[in-house]
Amino acid sequence: MDFPADSVGLVQPQVFSQDEPFTLQCGITLPTYQLSYETYGELNATASNAVLICHALSGHHHAAGYHSAEETKPGWWDACIGPGKAIDTNKFFVVSVNNLGGCHGSTGPRSRDPETGKLYGPKFPNVVVEDWVRSQAQLADRLGIERFAAIIGGSLGGMQALQWSIDFPERVHAAVVIASAAKLSAQNIAFNEIARQAITSDPEFLAGRYFEEARNPDRGLALARMIGHVTYLSDDGMREKFGRELKSGDIATAAGVEFQVESYLNYQGRAFSQRFDANTYVLMTKALDYFDPARAYNDNLVAALSRAQASFMVMSFTTDWRFSVERSKEIVDALVAAGKRVSSAVIDSDHGHDSFLLPLDRYVQVCGGYMDRVYEEFTCATI
Amino acid sequence: MRDDLNYIAQLVNRDARVLDLGCGEGDLLAWLQHNKNVNGYGLDVDPDNINICLRKGVSVIEQDLDAGLDNFPDNSFDMVVMTETLQSVKAPDHLVREMLRIAEECIITFPNFGHWQCRAHLLVHGRMPVSGHLPHAWYDTPNIHLCTLRDFERLCADLGVHIIQRRVLGTGRTQSFLTDRFPNLLGSVAFYRLGRAAA
Repeated sequence: MDFPADSVGLVQPQVFSQDEPFTLQCGITLPTYQLSYETYGELNATASNAVLICHALSGHHHAAGYHSAEETKPGWWDACIGPGKAIDTNKFFVVSVNNLGGCHGSTGPRSRDPETGKLYGPKFPNVVVEDWVRSQAQLADRLGIERFAAIIGGSLGGMQALQWSIDFPERVHAAVVIASAAKLSAQNIAFNEIARQAITSDPEFLAGRYFEEARNPDRGLALARMIGHVTYLSDDGMREKFGRELKSGDIATAAGVEFQVESYLNYQGRAFSQRFDANTYVLMTKALDYFDPARAYNDNLVAALSRAQASFMVMSFTTDWRFSVERSKEIVDALVAAGKRVSSAVIDSDHGHDSFLLPLDRYVQVCGGYMDRVYEEFTCATI
Repeated sequence: MRDDLNYIAQLVNRDARVLDLGCGEGDLLAWLQHNKNVNGYGLDVDPDNINICLRKGVSVIEQDLDAGLDNFPDNSFDMVVMTETLQSVKAPDHLVREMLRIAEECIITFPNFGHWQCRAHLLVHGRMPVSGHLPHAWYDTPNIHLCTLRDFERLCADLGVHIIQRRVLGTGRTQSFLTDRFPNLLGSVAFYRLGRAAA
């Protein structure tokens, strides 16, 4: 089986085990934890070419390449990660982690609590972005990475990149914050709450203990995903993709009518409910809602960011209404006010929030241009 | 670096905070960063320019000048620079006021429409001047607010803006006693350093 020439090819997930206790921001201590991660490219002798990829709400560590020759779809950000791509694995050593609380191998609700021997389930403590960043830093320690050339993320991943620049200023050379926000708007929290309600009100949810009865809140998860999915697309994008096309039936006789968009959403919802854990979804959306680095600084984002030493690249997409261009501008303005190096690009796209996952020409060029500079400025300077 | 940019570069203090409106390929800011440790930001909307700036390590923010500069607080910069962009914005008067709100001093350069070649072109051909410096036809030019030195100085007077310094370059971007003597006739590029009027 041949993989595309610009693919990182076959990749193998790895596990980082932290055997020491880890106290979360909520005060609860995990006696041990594990993180699933993948790496692409080679770490150089001075460990100055490391790039950390932070995933979004429903993401995971499999960002590029293929797990097997049979896998038809590569990792979620294969558009930008690979040899010769914007995040060039010939130059960079890319680390991609599944966050704590996740359901793709990292310690989370589906893991066993070593103290009770039982699965955590809904008892898994609330994690926040700061916890993710600190656990990622422990992984970096293990890998021998003192300072990342860049930390990159879209959406919730962008929030992690921002938090890194505040919590570990000396460990980030560049932070790339894509389609993100310094905090969620009320509207955004509202969508998350509707998604959570969809899950928790499913009779199969069983107050989060569905796994003990070998059941799963499929319908709730599917509904949560459908709501999310609509907000990740734009009106124009949906019109272009589906219009009013019918999948089946006849409107004239109103018999068996199913619009393409209905069929698509139902399919997406069903597929999601098979691969994602309901407790993780509830937990991750809460981490999104609670993110607000300015809060500890009297709601002053400029003061929060003044700790940062990184250069920043902030990108947004014209039709993204879930994480709008305005939210990115708030970040840029605060960084300018704090006197930080920051560049921004507003990418024309019909694809709404989902744009950050797509291989859009200008987007890829901006990422590539910026990363080339990071390489010259940081990696080459330390070799 | 272009001669006029070179001249501007000399006027910026070390460690200053500089905002460059319509920064183009970022040459001025790149020079200022390297040689004067300036904390500079450029604004531009052209995707190619933005990419060139990124590759140079110049901080460039994608922002349309016609959408305003409300996001920059009063006195948040030491110097605001705008080179050969004034003529292409929708509200030059408003922008000049905004520049002097954001910083105490600003530098503006623009092509002088009072240059004798423009005048001669209009006089002889009876048509809108097209030249190497102003290469567009009237209907598709981005230069929608061309002015002469006198026009600009009138605007400064109306706005109560203090002209600290004026420099005029002739054809080929050179300065001579002739351009000093007849700036509005022989000057092709005008350069103004402006400040707020004394209270």
